[in-house]
Amino acid sequence: MKERVVIVGGGIMGLATAYHLARLGAENVTVLERRFAGYGATFRTGTGIRESFGDETNIWMMRESIKMWKALEEELGHPTEYRQTGYMFLLHTEEEMESFRRNVSLQNSLSVPSRIISPEEAKEIVPPLNIEDVLGAAYNPEDGKANPFLVLQGYKKASLKMGVKIHEYSPVEGIVERGGKRVVKTPRGEFEADILINAAGGWSKLIDRMVAVPSHVEPYKHQAIKTEALERGQINPMVVSFKHGGAYLTQDIADGGVIGGVALAEGPTFDMNPTLEYAIEVSRHFTWLIPALKYVHIVRQWAGFYATTPDKNPVIGEVAPGYYIISGFSGHGFMMSPMATKSLAELIVEGGTSAPLDFYDPHRFERGEFREAAIQMG
Amino acid sequence: MSEEPVIICRCNDVTEEEIVALIEEGITDIEVIKRLTRIGMGPCQGRTCIPLVQSIIARRTGKPMEEISSPTSRHPVKPVRMGVFAGEEVEE
Ligand SMILES: Cc1cc2nc3c(=O)[nH]c(=O)nc-3n(C[C@H](O)[C@H](O)[C@H](O)COP(=O)(O)OP(=O)(O)OC[C@H]3O[C@@H](n4cnc5c(N)ncnc54)[C@H](O)[C@@H]3O)c2cc1C
Ligand code: FES
Repeated sequence: MKERVVIVGGGIMGLATAYHLARLGAENVTVLERRFAGYGATFRTGTGIRESFGDETNIWMMRESIKMWKALEEELGHPTEYRQTGYMFLLHTEEEMESFRRNVSLQNSLSVPSRIISPEEAKEIVPPLNIEDVLGAAYNPEDGKANPFLVLQGYKKASLKMGVKIHEYSPVEGIVERGGKRVVKTPRGEFEADILINAAGGWSKLIDRMVAVPSHVEPYKHQAIKTEALERGQINPMVVSFKHGGAYLTQDIADGGVIGGVALAEGPTFDMNPTLEYAIEVSRHFTWLIPALKYVHIVRQWAGFYATTPDKNPVIGEVAPGYYIISGFSGHGFMMSPMATKSLAELIVEGGTSAPLDFYDPHRFERGEFREAAIQMG
Repeated sequence: MSEEPVIICRCNDVTEEEIVALIEEGITDIEVIKRLTRIGMGPCQGRTCIPLVQSIIARRTGKPMEEISSPTSRHPVKPVRMGVFAGEEVEE
């Protein structure tokens, strides 16, 4: 494919889309990144990867993504620290038990091996867990996590090797039409685009505005924390509790430090400053769930954007002739990046894909269609 | 000849070799080096290693030290125990 493809945004979506486009034979792919690749949500993610969703399409997308996650390290020739350490949703009320029984049976019907376990089994899997108010848990051993820094670096190197051009420190400041082509303007020069892709994450609406189309993606500030290094193997799965602040936490593969967050969001906003209020909330909920964390130091706290849509599902597809978007992942883009970017690349190069991209149609909101909200963490 | 690796970041066990390899790949932004190697992300929050990394970048790129930015520092400026934030403990 000879068309000139310009991708705005060097996060996981921009770089993995570039990678798949090049693999499918696109010869002229350029990625423009405002700061350095990964600067946005990608380097601020909570690292979790799960197929534990509550609707068929997202379960399908994630089941297929997990197949790709397993092969990614070899495919990219770069470490990813991908591990299937599971997700464990703690259930504290009969109502939660009921709704997760439904999720689990839907997941099982799509060959996801999740199951409801007893509090005692939960504690066997996560020994320091407080099960005082736990009735049970939904556990899927196939879920897991990966290292976003390594994964992004892997896509970057593999893309460069296939001839993708990546311009960092090149903010897109305007998009104009000239002679039927879009021209993308940065302080480092202009780029003509036959095909333009908005992969600007939390900043997507600014790019939509430059192209003069309506946007359905808003930046919401979410935060996360990391603790000092701890002995590995104590909290292997991602432990989630909607009752306790929407907390999610797990031990990082690299150093065993706990990484995670709670559901305390602000927005829409472009502010990325961490807050003391958040540190207090995280600590309250984490020390309830894992009391031993009282004695553990938080060494980092950061904020980033969930690029959020009205139904918490992404927008993937063609918005206007030659203008595509892959954004609005609402806090679960890292995990879904393999299938999301591969299917968009197929749509662009081959004109179609086997993935159910209709579900993520960027125009659904204009038609008044809302999907059932995807299960969101944080 | 086996040489002892020079440890730059003691908290996270990062060697000079790893830093130099990145600089040679053209990665000279300390924010990026930090994320790729975890320098400056340990309990000392980079007090020891960041100045060392800055000087390696300066040496290798020929840029003056003043032009090499320091990583943005964020709250918490020093590590705090969760029990303290949770209000169950007072900081000593
Ligand atoms: C605290 C937190 C925890 C999370 N936890 C998880 C999790 O556990 N699992 C999971 O799957 N997902 C998680 N996510 C979500 C995940 O990080 C995102 O969905 C994913 O990284 C989105 O990738 P992206 O490439 O679309 O966006 P980004 O990584 O934000 O990339 C967009 C890029 O576009 C660039 N850009 C913006 N404007 C311009 C411009 N004008 N010109 C050029 N470049 C521009 C930005 O600098 C940025 O690098 C979390 C997010 C946050 C904030
Ligand atoms: S020596 Fe690098 S963070 Fe402490």
